[in-house]
Amino acid sequence: MAKFTKKKDGDLPAVSTASLPDIVFMLLFFFMTVTTMKDSSLLVENTLPNASEIKKLEKKDRVIYIYVGKPTQEYQKVFGTEPRIQLNDKFASVDEVGSYILAERAKKPQELQNVLTTALKVDKNANMGLITDIKQQLREVNALKVNYTTYEGNAFNNLQ
Amino acid sequence: MPRRKGAPEVNAGSMADIAFLLLIFFLVTTTIETDAGLDRMLPPIEPPEEDVIIKQKNIFTVNINKNGQLLVEDNLMDLKNLREAAVSFLENNADGTCTYCQGRKDPGSSDNPTKAIISLKNDRETKYSTYITVQNELVGAYNDLRNREAQRLYQRDFTKMEAEYLNPETPSSIRDDLKDKVKRVQNMFPQKLSEAETSTN
Repeated sequence: MAKFTKKKDGDLPAVSTASLPDIVFMLLFFFMTVTTMKDSSLLVENTLPNASEIKKLEKKDRVIYIYVGKPTQEYQKVFGTEPRIQLNDKFASVDEVGSYILAERAKKPQELQNVLTTALKVDKNANMGLITDIKQQLREVNALKVNYTTYEGNAFNNLQ
Repeated sequence: MPRRKGAPEVNAGSMADIAFLLLIFFLVTTTIETDAGLDRMLPPIEPPEEDVIIKQKNIFTVNINKNGQLLVEDNLMDLKNLREAAVSFLENNADGTCTYCQGRKDPGSSDNPTKAIISLKNDRETKYSTYITVQNELVGAYNDLRNREAQRLYQRDFTKMEAEYLNPETPSSIRDDLKDKVKRVQNMFPQKLSEAETSTN
């Protein structure tokens, strides 16, 4: 009889969690390598259009970002539903674009100041009027290299 | 009695918690970037000193109206046919100086690829997505032609060669070699895509 009662106090052996840190570290390193630091939070809706003939933007330190789109739900009460420009962390008007580019350019090291690219991250529902105004501003400060940031995909999906 | 156990084991039970904390921190503060897109150069603001006279037949006009309809060379055109039309305009080769072109040599169209200019105009109310699709098709037309020539000369796609050339991780010995090839194919079909001021009507 003693043979049977003995088993009872044994219970199930605890699952070894010794390898759990290893698994979590693996996940951690995965995310550290495939992601980059967020530099500003989005205040505008930003669904980019698709394009197939794209080029990768190498070297993040040579890029200045401009976001355009409809303000997100929480800002719509204040800023309305018309597409707006976002520079860094705040909304801006068209004529602030030029001085923003100059300020950003001045922050970069001397040797990079001539090779900067302006990445336009524009929501696909925005109108060209605003983009044309931005382009005019960019031309005035001689920031001629632009990149229309898009997702990779079939360009004809944009039209639906 | 001498100690037999040696140093006591360090409890590693909280290691997982620390790692999780780090993991969550990185998940929250980082994003997976979508940094790819269409590279374009804007025209400089100062007008050129002397007016260059360009023959009308060397200009391929593309107009987008506010409803997203296309007017190409004064004809209504579907977006799906734009790439083909641009390709046949670019390599038309009316004066016969381009030895690698396979165009129709139509005297009413462009003289040769170095003179051919695509002019894109859009309305202020044109949707950005339509504009990007048109840009994509026009860049695609250039890439199609360049790929064809790169295949013929180097048995590789131009777009792949250019991507490898621009990638900073490529060793510089390969980059130097690619540079000449990329430049040569680019000069065969120089990208002349002009964007005039938007019409306001």
